[in-house]
Amino acid sequence: MDLAFYIHIPYCIKRCGYCDFNTYTPSELQITTGLKNITNSYTTLLITEIKSARKQVGERAVVPSIFFGGGTPSLMEAEDIKSIISTIGSEFDLAGDIEITLESNPDTVDKDKLEKFYQAGINRISFGMQSAVPHVLATLDRTHNPDNLYQVTKWASEVGFKEISVDLIYGTPGESKSDWQKSIDAALSLPITHISAYALIIEEGTKLAAQIKRGEVDQVDDDLTAEKYLMADNAFTKFGFNWYELSNWSKVNSESKHNLAYWLGKNWWGAGPGAHSHLNGKRFWNVKHPNLYKQKIDANESPVADSEDLKELQIESERLMLSIRLPSGVEKNTLNEQQILDLSGYVESGHLDKGNWDNGRATLTLDGRLIADRIVREILL
Amino acid sequence: MPSISIAKAPQPAATNPAQIRNFCIIAHIDHGKSTLADRMLGITGVVEDRNMRAQYLDRMDIERERGITIKSQAVRLPWRSGIDNQEYVLNMIDTPGHVDFTYEVSRSLAACEGAVLLVDCAQGIEAQTLANLYLAMENNLTIIPVLNKIDLPAAQPEKFAIELANLIGCKPEDCLRVSGKTGAGVEELLDQIVKQIPPPIGDPKAPTRALIFDSVYDSYRGVVTYVRVVDGHLSPRDQIQMYSTGVRHEMLEVGVISPEPMASNGLGVGEVGYLITGVKDVRQSRVGDTVTTYNNPATVALAGYKDPKPMVFSGLFPLDGTEYPMLREALDKLQLNDAALVFEPESSDALGFGFRCGFLGLLHMEIVRERLEREAGLTLISTAPSVVYKVTLDDGKKLVVTNPSEYPDGKIAEVQEPIVRATILAPSDFIGTIMELCQQRRGVQKGMDYLSEDRVEIRYTLPLAEIVFDFFDQLKSRTKGYASLDYEPVGEEAGDLVKVDILLQGEKVDAFSQIVHRDKAYAYGVTMTGKLRELIPRQQFEVPIQAAIGAKIIARENIRAIRKDVLAKCYGGDITRKRKLLEKQKEGKKRMKMVGRVEVPQEAFIAALTTDSDKASEKKK
Repeated sequence: MDLAFYIHIPYCIKRCGYCDFNTYTPSELQITTGLKNITNSYTTLLITEIKSARKQVGERAVVPSIFFGGGTPSLMEAEDIKSIISTIGSEFDLAGDIEITLESNPDTVDKDKLEKFYQAGINRISFGMQSAVPHVLATLDRTHNPDNLYQVTKWASEVGFKEISVDLIYGTPGESKSDWQKSIDAALSLPITHISAYALIIEEGTKLAAQIKRGEVDQVDDDLTAEKYLMADNAFTKFGFNWYELSNWSKVNSESKHNLAYWLGKNWWGAGPGAHSHLNGKRFWNVKHPNLYKQKIDANESPVADSEDLKELQIESERLMLSIRLPSGVEKNTLNEQQILDLSGYVESGHLDKGNWDNGRATLTLDGRLIADRIVREILL
Repeated sequence: MPSISIAKAPQPAATNPAQIRNFCIIAHIDHGKSTLADRMLGITGVVEDRNMRAQYLDRMDIERERGITIKSQAVRLPWRSGIDNQEYVLNMIDTPGHVDFTYEVSRSLAACEGAVLLVDCAQGIEAQTLANLYLAMENNLTIIPVLNKIDLPAAQPEKFAIELANLIGCKPEDCLRVSGKTGAGVEELLDQIVKQIPPPIGDPKAPTRALIFDSVYDSYRGVVTYVRVVDGHLSPRDQIQMYSTGVRHEMLEVGVISPEPMASNGLGVGEVGYLITGVKDVRQSRVGDTVTTYNNPATVALAGYKDPKPMVFSGLFPLDGTEYPMLREALDKLQLNDAALVFEPESSDALGFGFRCGFLGLLHMEIVRERLEREAGLTLISTAPSVVYKVTLDDGKKLVVTNPSEYPDGKIAEVQEPIVRATILAPSDFIGTIMELCQQRRGVQKGMDYLSEDRVEIRYTLPLAEIVFDFFDQLKSRTKGYASLDYEPVGEEAGDLVKVDILLQGEKVDAFSQIVHRDKAYAYGVTMTGKLRELIPRQQFEVPIQAAIGAKIIARENIRAIRKDVLAKCYGGDITRKRKLLEKQKEGKKRMKMVGRVEVPQEAFIAALTTDSDKASEKKK
C-alpha cells in the first residue's frame, strides 16, 4: 500500500495574529536557549514515532510523498530533516518519484540553508508569502519583508528546486482589491510552479479575532472576498496556473501529490504533536502539546490522543466533501436520485457545469467553487 | 382576637343569611389584593401562620409568578365583629383582575353584595379597576373604599382618598387605610365589611337557584364548580340540573373552601361554596349559568348568562411538526379548564399543521400560549393576532373571517370590524401623546374627565384590531408606564380594510398575510419586507420579498444571492472538523421551512411574527 508522511514541526519564532495552528514559540515553551537544541531533540522523538508507525502499519508501504509542515519547518537543521527522511526510507520504501515538501518562512532561510535542505532530500519548497502589501502583512502580524520573496525563490531555483510554491492569503481586513491585485502580480512575477491562495479564516481565539471583536480591526466582507477569488483565478489561469483544488493552482504536472492524497482519501501518517493520520478508514491524532508528546514518546507510550473509526456514511460524506473541491468533481452514478435532484438546481443556477453534468459528472463552475460548502450540504447523507 | 375557631363557627347549610357577608376585592395588578387576602386568612385564623405562603389563593404557578389572578376562588372566613361582638361568616370571592376576563369578573360581582375597592395609595386607581368598579356599581354593590400600602414611604393617602371620594361619591375620610403587608387596619376593614355590606336575601323555600361564578378543572376530582346560592338549598343528595343545557348531574360533593375544600351538609341561601358532579369539562358547567335541582327545577334563570365569545384569533403551530398531536392533547386539556378557549385545526403552507385559536383578548392569548409551552413542554410559533371580520361580498354573500389567509380576494362590498370602547387613565401631562396615539389608531374621542387635579380619564372608541396590534405597549412606553387601559366591545363598524400579502420569490407566504387599514397597508408592507430581509439568510439565488394588495406590489426588498459559502482550507486535520461542521449545518438546514425554493429559518417566522411589543416584554423578563 501507499502511505504518505506528514511531519509536524510545532515551533515558530513568533506567533502570527491570525494563526490557530498547533505551534509554539520559545516563550510559550519557556525556553531561553533558542530553538536549535529543542529541534535537535525533537527529531529523536519523530524518529521514534516513525519507527513505531512501521510496526503499526505492519508492512513496508510505499511512500509517495513527505510533507514537512508547521509551525516553521525551515527552523529545522538540514541534518535533522535528512535523518527523518532516511528513517522513513529505512522503515518504508520511498517511491522513485517521491515528492518531499518543506514549508518555509522567507525570513528564516538563506541560499546556503536552502541548498542544504535540497541536499538533504527536499525537492519541493513552499514559501509563506501571504501578501506583497506591507499594511496587509502588518494586520496579519507577519514580520517578513515582502521584497525577500523574489530573493528566496530565486535562490531556491538556483540551488536546484524545480517545484517552488507560494501561499497567499486574501480577504485580510483592510485589504483593498488593488492591494490584492498587487499580491497576485507579485506572486506571478516569481519563478514558481504552484500557488495556494486561501481566503483568510478568522479563527476563534486568535489575536485577530479578538481585535475584530473589539472593533480595532474591520470585519471582512464576504462579497469582496468572493470577488478576490475571481480576480485570483482569472490572473493565475492567464499565467498558466490551473486550479486543481479549490484553493490551489499549479503549472502542468506541478500539483502537490501530498495534498492530493488528502483529497483523494488516501492513507497518510502524521507524526508529531497534534498531527492527524488516516489509515484505511480510521482517523487518529496525537496529543497536541509538544511536552506531553515528548512525555508519551519517552515513556514508550502511544502519543495518540483519540481516534475515529469512520462509518460507511462518514466515508461517503468525506468523499463528497473532498472530491467536489477538485475539477474532476463527483461522478453522478455514485449519487442517489435525491442527491441528483438536489444538485440539478445548482446546474440551473450555473453553479455546476452543465456540460459535465450531462456527461455524468457534478463539477463546480467558478461561481460554484465559491459556494462549495452549500452544495455539499445539499447532498451530505 | 376577634377570630373564632372554625369548629365553633357557624356551619355551612346552617348559617342564618343575616350572619353572612359576601364580598369581593376590586384591585389592579400589584395593588396588593393577594397580600391583603393572605392577611385576612391569617387574621381570621383559617390559615395558621406556619402554613402561610405568599399569595395563598393563587393556585397556578403562572398566577403567582405574574402576580395576577386568572381564576377566582371563594374563601369562607369566620369573624367575630369587634363592633357588635356577633359571629359572622365572610365569603371572600377573589376576582380575576384583567380586562380580558370582564365577563368572569361580572359573574363574581353578581355573587356578592359588596366590594372592597382596593387602591395602592402610592399609585392611585387604574383603568381596569375603574372598569370593574363601574361594573360593581351597576350590580348595586356596596363599595368600601380602601387605600392599601399605607406603610410605603411614597404613599399619598390624602391625594388618592380625594380621588376615590370623587369617583364613588363618598367623603375622603370614609376611605379606610390598610397595609396588607403589616396588617394595619385589616381588622377594622373586616368589621366594616360586616357593618356596611348588607346580608344576602333569598327565599329558602323557593326552587333552588345557585349562580355559577367559577368553574375549575381538577385532575383528581374533575370539574369543581363554585356557586353562590340565591334561593333554596343545595344538599349532597340532590340531583342537580344546569339551567342553560337542561343536563342533569349527580352531586358527588358539596362544600365550602376555608381555605382548603371541606365537604358540608349543603349550602343554604346566601352561602358560597363548591360542588363536584364528576363532570370532566368546564364547558358543561359554565360560568354565569344557574344550577337548580332536578326534582324541583327553577322556572326562571338568574340573569346575566352569556356564552364567552372569543375576540382575538391566532394560529398556534408547533415548531417541530411532529409535536402536532401533543399540541392537540395539550389544547384539549387546557379547554377542560378554560371555557373561553376555542380552537380548530388549521394548516399553513409555511408553518404546517396547527390550530386556529380564539381568545378573549391578548392576555388570555399570552396565558394560553405560555401554559401550553410550560405545561406541555411545547415550543410554539403563533401567528399575528387577528380579530373577527364580517365580510359582505358583492353578490351579497357573507363571510366571517378570523384568519387573514381566508380573506377573499376582491369583490368585497363591505367589511365590518369589531369596535371597542377604551378607557385610559393617566397623569394629565400625557393627554397630548395619548390622544395622538389614539388618533393614529383610528380612534374617535368620546370624552375626557379629570379624576383629580392631575389625573384624567380619556374615553375613545377604537377598532379592536388596532388595540390588538401593540397598542398597550405603545401606550405604556409613551406614558412612561403611567397610563392604564381598559376596553370593552361595543359592536362593529365598516372599515376600509385590505389584506396585505407577503411574497417570497413570488410565492405568497400565508403566515405573513395581514388585514390592515388601507392607510396603513404601505407601512405594514415596508416593515414586514424590511424585517424579512434581515431575517432570511442569503440563498444561492436572489430572493425578492414583496408586499402586495391583491396583484399590486406596495413594497419590495431584495436578498442578494450569496457569493461565498466555502472554507478555503481542507488538509489532514481539517477533514474531520470540516465534516462535523457540515453535518451540523445540515442538521440546521433540516429545521428550515421551505417556501418554494427559499429556505426560511424557523427563527425568521418567530421574529417576523413578533411585534415589537413582544420583544419589549421579553426584555422585561
